[in-house]
Amino acid sequence: MLHLPILRYGKPYRSVDTATAVHYRTRQPFVEASQANAGLIRRDLARQHEAAAILQGFTTRELIAMAGKASGYFLNDTLPLGDSAQSPQEFVEAVSATTGLPWVMVRRNMAKIAGVLASMETVLMGLTRLPNLDMLDSGVGDIDGRALSFFPRGDSMGVILPSNSPGVHSLWAPAIALKTPLILKPGSSELWTPYRIIQAYVKAGVPAEVFGYYPTSHAGGGEILRGTGRGMLFGDVAAAKAWSGDPRIEIHGPGYSKIILADDGAAGWEKYLDLMVDSVSNNSGRSCVNCSSIWTTGDGRALAEALAERLARIKPTAEDDPNAAVAPLANPDVAKRISAMVDSELDGGAEDLCAKVRGSGRVAEWDGCTYLLPSVIHVPSKEHSLANREFGYPHVSVVQVEPHDLPECLGPTLVCTALTNDKRLHQRLLANPHIGRLNLGPISTMKISWDQPHEGNLFDHLYSRRAFQAVPELVG
Amino acid sequence: MSTATPTDLFAKVQASKERLDAHVREMVEWHFNPETGCPFWLNWAQEAGWDPRKEVTSYADLDKFGNFQDDELRGGPVRRWVPKGLAHRPVYVFETGGSTGVPKSRVQMDDFRIDYENFSETLPDEHFPKGADWLMLGPSGPRRLRLAVEHLAQHRGGIAFSVDLDPRWVIKLIKRGQIQEAELYKQHCIDQALTILRAHEVKCMFTTPKLLEALCEKINLEKAGIKGVFCGGTEMTPQFHRFAVEELLGPNIYFAPTYGNTLMGLATHKAPEPEDNWAIIYYPPVPRAVLEVVDFDDATRIVGYGETGRVRLTTLTKETFIPRFLERDECEREAPCDQYPWDGVRNVRPFSRFQKSVVEGVY
Repeated sequence: MLHLPILRYGKPYRSVDTATAVHYRTRQPFVEASQANAGLIRRDLARQHEAAAILQGFTTRELIAMAGKASGYFLNDTLPLGDSAQSPQEFVEAVSATTGLPWVMVRRNMAKIAGVLASMETVLMGLTRLPNLDMLDSGVGDIDGRALSFFPRGDSMGVILPSNSPGVHSLWAPAIALKTPLILKPGSSELWTPYRIIQAYVKAGVPAEVFGYYPTSHAGGGEILRGTGRGMLFGDVAAAKAWSGDPRIEIHGPGYSKIILADDGAAGWEKYLDLMVDSVSNNSGRSCVNCSSIWTTGDGRALAEALAERLARIKPTAEDDPNAAVAPLANPDVAKRISAMVDSELDGGAEDLCAKVRGSGRVAEWDGCTYLLPSVIHVPSKEHSLANREFGYPHVSVVQVEPHDLPECLGPTLVCTALTNDKRLHQRLLANPHIGRLNLGPISTMKISWDQPHEGNLFDHLYSRRAFQAVPELVG
Repeated sequence: MSTATPTDLFAKVQASKERLDAHVREMVEWHFNPETGCPFWLNWAQEAGWDPRKEVTSYADLDKFGNFQDDELRGGPVRRWVPKGLAHRPVYVFETGGSTGVPKSRVQMDDFRIDYENFSETLPDEHFPKGADWLMLGPSGPRRLRLAVEHLAQHRGGIAFSVDLDPRWVIKLIKRGQIQEAELYKQHCIDQALTILRAHEVKCMFTTPKLLEALCEKINLEKAGIKGVFCGGTEMTPQFHRFAVEELLGPNIYFAPTYGNTLMGLATHKAPEPEDNWAIIYYPPVPRAVLEVVDFDDATRIVGYGETGRVRLTTLTKETFIPRFLERDECEREAPCDQYPWDGVRNVRPFSRFQKSVVEGVY
């Protein structure tokens, strides 16, 4: 069986403890990964300053150029994988095998990651808002005559990664260009993408010594977050809550992304159906930027029925189908548990209209796999327990609200697409502190703009600004 | 590497079984004789309506007792466990658990000394020199380990330095999610150890896996003069075993992993061989204690060699009789070997069906 080692500052290490990830269909072991014990991680983290010093030896321009090369390698080249090598197609099939994602979705995520690597200069300009990225090398600069200085907040960034979808890796990938070594804990069934990104970077010239890759337990993940200067955590509600009080950690929990329709938008909802279908079902509903609830001041029932009719057309297909729109769950029991949870809360007037259109439940068996087919829950009120939930499959609630309820009723929202020309509502949305990214107009919640800080600003996370004064002859 | 031929080993295994059966008869006679037994077991026999002294003639016959319920060990009066035949001796009481609720207790007179004197025979003198002083970096308070390690040091002609360490407090911190506080407490313990190591000439030590890791983050033990480390108290994985030998200690410090608890005593490890792939293989101190590996769903069935099951302990000393106690651990069953011609246990770890509720602290 294929074995993935730990990478201790680039050096492969085969652990005695291993864990296997199974193929989503056969349930047979597909890949084995070395597991790092917590003490080994702590011991390695004592050397993170050495890795930071290595990256400080490069200019930002050099690192941006390497990221550009890495983009091409990631997308097109055969790269090392343990003791063997992996072609791009083998990568696609491997990610699909352990996560269930159809090939077309893996390729879409691959393109997303390659995109951020290729656009590194644009990304850094967006994150830093600096007129000149050379300032990242000197740590000092001048904008319109005002002195500016910043410093790294830590020697490395620890990242606890998820297993649901590879697209999230685009969020940490710019850290290298920001001269920050990476200590990665891959998801237990999505071991592939972080390993491949590291290999692409190394082939592009980034020293392997700035990468740590530690498949490990929950406790090992805790050591990574505690032991690195800055951290990033992808996890569920419980994981997010456990670290919510630590300002060193940027938390990516459920997104609760939303579409709101008000005034003219609510009246003309039909023309936004494609947008809503894409926002809900793209990437099989696995992303935190997938829309999980739609809030309208118009006829919620009619909108929900139309959306249900569209989403009910989504059916399981082969993993290599270029039109595949829904992914099986790697663990069938999880599908059944999630569905039972939704069913248990379908009371007080809430109804799964998608199931009604299909004439069948949302758990489906096809070709030996278990799927969660889309659900459109029409809820009777904004207070209903299913009004604002996220389940990691194409699931959306449709909530009819009064105009004055918006936007306060939305709560924390990673992405909000507002379909309305109501300028006063625009102003209230712009002032709302709970919205991470605001799309005014018909923009899918899934659409990402690389020159915009996305889900937290990585530069602000990794660097801090300081007051700075110097006599002119000292700053050249 | 084993030097015994299969025939030799078979003969040794048979001989050890015969010794065990004889030991069982002796212990049952002691614990169920109204002149020497403890109130608990004498009452038990009265209520059970059968006389173990007549019906138990071999180790296998102990199945007639069913599985011992460890709740019996909680609370008082603790003197119900003191055998009448030893009532004239000074009594120690050691506790296990107790971060919440009433801990389990075991009374002892000499068992901890006997167990650790036997264990002492397995320690290589070049790494645990006779006369050398020890550091006991482990739990203090009502723990058997504290006095046992001190006795071990004294038995070998040394003096044991120890630290203040309350594992119950650490477990409370972890259960409350106060991980940072638990870390600070661990550092507090490490600071005490560092002070001792810097102020005294210590060559041997006992510690737990987590404390060993934490200590080695602060100091090079070889440079500090340590020659041998006796490690136990909590789970050790094969990967930890390798990490400890290769990275924490290096080739010049002997690493002696052990598996033990207040009820059993101490199981020593078999010298590692390359084919073990860092598996930690323990053998109990038969006939004083026996470890078996039983089916998860049928605790009367011993699993096959190499198969996984739950650890079942039987303790057979004059001070303590505990038949068929199901530990909160699982492992693989290991075959007898030349040095230990009875069953052993491989890669002991917390019982997976209980795992969510088990909290291991620094200790």
